[in-house]
Amino acid sequence: MNYLNTQPQFGIPGERFVRAFQPGDDFYEALIETHVGLTDEQSQKVNARLVLLLANHIGDLRVLREALAAARKDS
Amino acid sequence: MLSTYTYPKFEYRTPPELNGKPKQRHPVVVIGAGPVGLATAIDLAQQGLQVILLDDDDSVSIGSRGVCYAKRTLEVLDRLGCGQALVDKGVTWNVGRTFFDTEEVFNFDLLPDAGHERPGMINLQQYYMEEFLVKRATQLAAIDIRWKHKVSKIEPSKDGVIVVIDTPDGSFSIDADWLVVADGARSPVRRQLGLEIDGKVFQDRFLIADVVMKADFPAERWFWFDPPFHRNQSVLLHRQADSVWRIDFQLGWDADPEEEKKPENVIPRIRAMLGDEREFELEWVSVYTFQCRRMQKFRHGRILFAGDSAHQVSPFGARGGNSGIQDADNLGWKLRAVVEGIASERLLDSYSDERGYAADENLQNSTRSTDFITPKSSTSKIFRNAVLDLAREHAFARSLVNSGRLSVPAFLTESQLNTSDTDLFEGWMMPGAPMDDAPVQVNGLDTWLLRQVSNASHEFTLLIFGTNAIDLPELPWKVRVLRVIQRDGLSNPGDVVDTEGLVARRYDGRSGTVYLLRPDQHVAARWRNFDATALRNALSKALCLI
Repeated sequence: MNYLNTQPQFGIPGERFVRAFQPGDDFYEALIETHVGLTDEQSQKVNARLVLLLANHIGDLRVLREALAAARKDS
Repeated sequence: MLSTYTYPKFEYRTPPELNGKPKQRHPVVVIGAGPVGLATAIDLAQQGLQVILLDDDDSVSIGSRGVCYAKRTLEVLDRLGCGQALVDKGVTWNVGRTFFDTEEVFNFDLLPDAGHERPGMINLQQYYMEEFLVKRATQLAAIDIRWKHKVSKIEPSKDGVIVVIDTPDGSFSIDADWLVVADGARSPVRRQLGLEIDGKVFQDRFLIADVVMKADFPAERWFWFDPPFHRNQSVLLHRQADSVWRIDFQLGWDADPEEEKKPENVIPRIRAMLGDEREFELEWVSVYTFQCRRMQKFRHGRILFAGDSAHQVSPFGARGGNSGIQDADNLGWKLRAVVEGIASERLLDSYSDERGYAADENLQNSTRSTDFITPKSSTSKIFRNAVLDLAREHAFARSLVNSGRLSVPAFLTESQLNTSDTDLFEGWMMPGAPMDDAPVQVNGLDTWLLRQVSNASHEFTLLIFGTNAIDLPELPWKVRVLRVIQRDGLSNPGDVVDTEGLVARRYDGRSGTVYLLRPDQHVAARWRNFDATALRNALSKALCLI
């Protein structure tokens, strides 16, 4: 992969975290909480919107194509 | 079932109060001779306080129960005089491995940097830990341990507490100025006082099997998500002392605890995991559920709650017993300072605030681990398994794998006892931080930095880098001066020689740098240059005098 960064990146610019796992765990909790109380069908819709929002934020088609391939792998 | 351990029976004695001894008022009474109550009593007694320690039983805890004791716990127990006994008997480990199905997807090292006396973690059955603590407590004349003393009633008053006690010889009551309650998760005292403890019950059941076997698996923590031998659930393996292994199987909420505990149901699960050839015997089996919850305040007037009586977490992360020991460590010096009139009573509110902050961190981390290990919805499970799939190949996903974030001491950065930095520092030893260890020499002998700070004397320490002369002002409490000298510098007896330069690096210490360190080895304040007024103010702040 030439463009997709798969190293840990979660954080807030300029902020230090005493525990390296903290920002990743913060994100994961927020992700799971977003789905609390939703049916499976509703969750699928939320996930689709989320992919589209993040894809647009990234924008770079070279990154997105690699991400799509990595996600599809072994499915 | 086999037993590798002989439970000691401690001697009950007829209480002197029932033998006509006149009733006395006691400065401190501690309820519960588990790890937290024992640690509290030892800490107070080492500081010269008389302590009555009450326990309704006359032995140590039954079954291995708590297993993992963290670096910080060992460092606290070093100061209490029994850390080495635990390390000698326990199984030292630093590495944890996580498997998904049959593949390793993630591993961690609790102590990647060298230059610490104690390892990231040891495994040891709780009964050994309690035995070593009881042994240490009985060496201290200031502790009066009362076995088979069951507290039946607490009557709080404005300036003390009346404790009513049942014994095999009858009932009596004692008066205490201060009461420390360490009577466990069910806390009869908390219930009798009608105090609330709020949080979340997790709807899942886990089976603990302690198995005696000869095995040459490395001393590491192994955790499986969805292994072939226990499909759709998790399994955790730990090695303990005496060739006892702890295996923890997730069972799900619908499991019948009584059925699951039967050897004829436990043994096939273990065979599936270990293979048919391996010989083993069961030592202890239990099915547990857990809660994540805490009391709002750990101080109620003259009554202080510590350990599981005040807060409970899921076992993933070893944050229960280890946080209880830190409660004791936080409380010990504060209670002494208040009893002796050195500090304001508000210092004991800071015990509740600081340990409440730590409890929140422990609750957050153990709840997140539990949510990852036992997803509560199909979407949550899809994400969890996606993380595990991606973790095989991608580093970012490995950092999200959460099979337990293991116990580390809280950085009390929000504490009102801290004095904020006015000078610039690199590194992590900010006000509120738990002290980092480092290898040093004192009087020509190799030793460790943490061994030099508040070892059994429980005073504040002023750590000074270099040889600059200082004049200590008049201070509200004793401060011991400890100098850090570079390897080739000129040192006096008692000075800490920074043989590998790690003290300077970890504390960003330069000539003139000064750290004010609390008796529980947290940083209270630091400056680039000594200033008598700043020191007096910082110490007064750390004692809630201003």
